[in-house]
Amino acid sequence: MNRIIKGLATSVVALAVLAAVVAWRNLQGEEPLLPDPPAAVTGDPHAAARATSSTLALGAYLARAGNCAACHTAQGGAAYAGGRAIATPFGNVYAGNLTPDADTGLGRWSAAEFRRALRHGRARDGRLLVPAFPYPQFSQVTTEDANALWAFLRSLPPVVQANRPHALRWPYNSQAALAVWRALYFSPAPFVPDTQQAADWNRGAYLVNGLGHCAACHASRNLLGGAGDLADAGAGSKLAAQHWYAPSLADPAEAGVSGWATDEVVQLLKTGITGRASVMGPMADVVAGSTQYLSEPDLRAMARYLAALPAPAPAAQPWRGSRPADTLTQGEKLYTRHCADCHGAQGQGAPGIYPALAGNRAVTMANPGNLVLAITRGGFAPATDGNPRPYGMPAFDLSHAELAALATWLRAAWGHQAKPVSEVDVLLAR
Amino acid sequence: MLHGIFIMCAALGWPAALLAAEPGATRIDTEAMAPRMQACVACHGDKGRASREGYLPRIAGKPAGYLYQQLLNFRDGRRSNSTMAGLLAHQRDAYLHEMAGYFAALDLPQAAVPATPVAPALLARGALLARHGDPDRSLPACSACHGSALGGTLPAVPGLLGLPRDYLIAQLGAWQTGQRRATAPDCMAEIARRLGPGDASAVASWLAAQPVPAGLAPAVLASGPAASRAPLACGSVDHPPP
Repeated sequence: MNRIIKGLATSVVALAVLAAVVAWRNLQGEEPLLPDPPAAVTGDPHAAARATSSTLALGAYLARAGNCAACHTAQGGAAYAGGRAIATPFGNVYAGNLTPDADTGLGRWSAAEFRRALRHGRARDGRLLVPAFPYPQFSQVTTEDANALWAFLRSLPPVVQANRPHALRWPYNSQAALAVWRALYFSPAPFVPDTQQAADWNRGAYLVNGLGHCAACHASRNLLGGAGDLADAGAGSKLAAQHWYAPSLADPAEAGVSGWATDEVVQLLKTGITGRASVMGPMADVVAGSTQYLSEPDLRAMARYLAALPAPAPAAQPWRGSRPADTLTQGEKLYTRHCADCHGAQGQGAPGIYPALAGNRAVTMANPGNLVLAITRGGFAPATDGNPRPYGMPAFDLSHAELAALATWLRAAWGHQAKPVSEVDVLLAR
Repeated sequence: MLHGIFIMCAALGWPAALLAAEPGATRIDTEAMAPRMQACVACHGDKGRASREGYLPRIAGKPAGYLYQQLLNFRDGRRSNSTMAGLLAHQRDAYLHEMAGYFAALDLPQAAVPATPVAPALLARGALLARHGDPDRSLPACSACHGSALGGTLPAVPGLLGLPRDYLIAQLGAWQTGQRRATAPDCMAEIARRLGPGDASAVASWLAAQPVPAGLAPAVLASGPAASRAPLACGSVDHPPP
């Protein structure tokens, strides 16, 4: 009896300690909610007008850098009024209304409440926000930038559009689950410049890891959705419900740019296309809504930071195994019939029009998913000022066996040494 | 004056669509557009002629204003098709307008539409609706807006012949359920809702069973804003280009 009571007491104490740790971790690093300076007081109809035009311009630019509109605008809907479904492995999350409507948007929020939401993932009423909203990355945003973003959002026309409740499965839809998740994976990390590095490296780090929230897709996530680091071994992530694979930005065998000229990285982010690559899938969303609008110095800074990411060890090994001859024959036939007219007999492509496939890492990287999706979905590169009339690639209606053969041949052609693609790989990729 | 040119062109046998695709606007750069549009013709058939499977509609030669509206509708979610929405998500209005002009200007022979056996009574009802409408249901005739030859009218009303029956039924059904929408006022949604039971199938069956006359092209109507002549107000007919 005594033992049972003792055991129970120990459990109660342990649970209390755990709860205290979770609670403490959830409040860690949060600044107190100070009242705004008078110009930005809640409900002040002239607050936006009082924000200087340079602050508004900065805020608009930062909203591009964070690609806020990509999630917070429904298809064909009013900008920043929310409503778009974001698919996650735990169910759909619906982005909220960021316009200053008092009842359905952020009209009653203060600047401090906005900063707390942006950087600590807590809503005005204190509830925890789901981390599909990338506040772990946004915790790097400086107070000055957060205030400029806020001024910009306050300047938008208010749109009456009620937020749609998330459709998350139990237990992911509970505040307790979010609190535990935060205790495990979220530490607010204000940006601290590395004094050993140049100013542009630091600027690049700030944009890539902060508002750019590249790690939200390009870092691997564990089973509970905790995101790792861009330079972790095995970084790169299969995107939930989108089928696309976000390649590692550190690995030269994936999307690492350590071997690229800065100009080419800038060109890809600015126009969506270079001689050897063209953005597709979710990265087309990023170029279309965000990076094409960033300034050249900022893009150069991002390129410089990305190029300096340490490559993961060990490096990807070339495939030394055998490939069935009839598969290769079939693959080559399919290539000649469907692909060679545009991408060239030698996979050389046509610069600025059809990406080269020879040496193209979307063809050769370990995960063949994007290659399969590119063939089966086709599509247009995003329209940008540098590429306002993109070329469209047809979607090819091939059988799984044909796709496997074509992909296997592509991954062995022109000196490529990438692993063959099986029908099961194709099935998993689609 | 513009009319005179159209009539003259028609007399010379030039496809009116070539001129009318973008009234007073830029020339259509066919050479530049053809290789860019391969993503479209993969499904809509060689140069937009019609698809292999016979469901996806012909887009070649449809009025540019209509095609432009549909591209906007797919991109912005007024028409629900994930493939089209995905293709167009990041394309700009000006480029969509150019795509519309390119396909509108294509003058290609019609592909045969697969024939489906249909009950004579259904065909008769369909013919009545298409030619005369149904005053009891306040239904105008198709020909009142889509042209007496049902080849469409410029700038933005599409032709109804040469389209697969299943495609036509699906469109009327989509208007009834709100899956297909257009810029308000959405005249076709209103008409689809006025249809009686079986009417969608009847009119689609009759339209799909009609031979397509050689050289059928969107008609040029008498001057004045197109909307003022229509039995119902249509938001997409006089929609401005980008």
